[in-house]
Amino acid sequence: MSDAALQPGIVPRIRISTGPDGKQLVEVAGAWNLRSLAPVVSVLIEHLQACAADASWDLRAVTAMDHAGALILWRSWGRRRANHLVLLPEHEPMFARLEAMQQQETVNAVPFDWRASVAFVGGGILALASHLTAAVLLLGNVVLDAIELLRRPQRIPWREISANIYHIGAQALGITALVGFLVGVVLSYLTGEQLRNYGAEIFLVNLLGVSIIRELGPVLAAILIAGRSGSAMTAQLGVMRVTEELDAMQVMGIPHTVRLILPKMIALAIAMPLIILWTDAVALFGGMMAAEAQLGLDYQFFLNGLPEAVPLANLWLGLGKGVVFGLLIALVACHFGLRIEANTESLGQGTTSSVVTAITVVIVVDAVFAVMFSSVGVF
Amino acid sequence: MTTECIIEIKNLWTRFGAQVVHRDLNLCVHRGEVLSLVGGSGSGKTTLLRQMLGLEKPARGEVLVFGHRLHNGDAEELRRLRSRWGMLFQQGALFSALTVFDNIALPLREMKVLDEELIRDLVLMKLDMVGIERHHGSKMPSELSGGMIKRIALARALSLEPELLFLDEPTAGLDPDRSESFVTLIAELRRELGLTVVMVTHDLDTLVSLSDRVAVLCDQHVIAIGTVREIAGYSHKFIGNFFQGERGKRALEAVKDLAADINAQRPASRRPELQDNKGQGN
Repeated sequence: MSDAALQPGIVPRIRISTGPDGKQLVEVAGAWNLRSLAPVVSVLIEHLQACAADASWDLRAVTAMDHAGALILWRSWGRRRANHLVLLPEHEPMFARLEAMQQQETVNAVPFDWRASVAFVGGGILALASHLTAAVLLLGNVVLDAIELLRRPQRIPWREISANIYHIGAQALGITALVGFLVGVVLSYLTGEQLRNYGAEIFLVNLLGVSIIRELGPVLAAILIAGRSGSAMTAQLGVMRVTEELDAMQVMGIPHTVRLILPKMIALAIAMPLIILWTDAVALFGGMMAAEAQLGLDYQFFLNGLPEAVPLANLWLGLGKGVVFGLLIALVACHFGLRIEANTESLGQGTTSSVVTAITVVIVVDAVFAVMFSSVGVF
Repeated sequence: MTTECIIEIKNLWTRFGAQVVHRDLNLCVHRGEVLSLVGGSGSGKTTLLRQMLGLEKPARGEVLVFGHRLHNGDAEELRRLRSRWGMLFQQGALFSALTVFDNIALPLREMKVLDEELIRDLVLMKLDMVGIERHHGSKMPSELSGGMIKRIALARALSLEPELLFLDEPTAGLDPDRSESFVTLIAELRRELGLTVVMVTHDLDTLVSLSDRVAVLCDQHVIAIGTVREIAGYSHKFIGNFFQGERGKRALEAVKDLAADINAQRPASRRPELQDNKGQGN
């Protein structure tokens, strides 16, 4: 049954014949190492399984053997040493190790435990509670530090605040402009089409103005910033945790909250309303262009109509929401950043949950605002 | 040289920007030996190791492993070669998303020919070999101590039954007791599996107790290669600082009679095998 096509020496082979004592004799030859076995392993295992249980084994022609090769033979012997076995002395240690391994208990499978599902739900609730507690503690810490800083203004980390405003605000102008412009164009086209059916084209100014300034601008900008800067903040803090930089700061007596978290929160609280103003402006510009192209409303008319159509309170509401969104995004990002453990898996998970949570929080808080201020800024 | 070279480095140059790290470097690793690379920081030990692994490409020159050129762009050949060697990274480099068991099983599963039962047995065998109990198999790397990470990383490096093993600072970050037992483990496995080992190390105890030969990297060259005894007796500024400083002496004293021997031969009567040095250094 030997494979005649394969050249001797390198390729693992077995030859089954009848020995002088009338029993089956299996001669094993060639290189029985993982590399040579890999291409033929399934065929070999099949052939080995066909061997009789009381066969005599001759391994003297084996040129090389490693644990994988030994293990394959071992399995075909029913996980014990074959009764009649001749082998080279240098291969003896392999089988000795296998024999020693057999003595040990095999690992038991984990039995099904119905309590696990209850524990899963409970664990989730406890995790949520611990997140909330930690976030509240962090917020309290930041507030206390802010009060302390107000008493000693020379300690305010101006450079960090300014650097953060630049990274979060100035560098985000491009992406917020692009998204704002396109949303303005799309909104204008879709509503313009409907309004024309009723001959109410001029109300496009009211529709676009209120929806963009009051809702879409702030929420769009907040979602973009949460994705862009929130993830960066979490990752930064997480990497600092992994490289023990956070511990180094603590050892030096520099509190994280003052140097890392407070500047981020202040920077976002300042940058967010500005970005919202920018997004609003670009989105309205996009809507205005689309209105001119589709409905023939000229720019003059649009710009003149805007102050009458949209009470100023809407703008203040939008900017006020921006400040709150900014603080919340920074708080969520820093909270998740500080909870990252010193391994790469945790870094990825932490960043993802940070962004998802920040966006969710923004939308939930926006809904709260909508209910609270439902009577403000409407006719 | 009569002995067969498993790794042969010919006229290798490495540049980082304008800085030349290796200049016309030659090295030969014999079958079955443990060769240690030593040298000061920035002498390019780890870079040389990475070039032997095919992770980095030298600026000039070539690296032959098992007689095959590494950097000729044949991806299939490199893949085949890579199954013949294992690497133990300094920090272990265990995949943090996988359990200990899956970490060791990964290279075996990637072969796509072995059945799961065989893989399971092989992994458990590797765990036994490195002295890790089986119940640790379900743990994640983040739950392990530094010593265990090294052992498991070694098990993973050995999972494809390599002929050649690379070690980058095998005992860095281990306490003396742990590094002692890790060195013993490497020595035992090397005997049992007939491995050739190339190792980068700063630790003199590891160096003295494991290496058959030591290659000293300095001034862009291998300035000396030979047994610990030969190297320690060779007079060169770097070697002098390395072996004949307080720490070096203490480590050498651990080896019987070696310190006395070196002191006797310090006038450099018996020079180790010297590499061509083209007026560099000393």
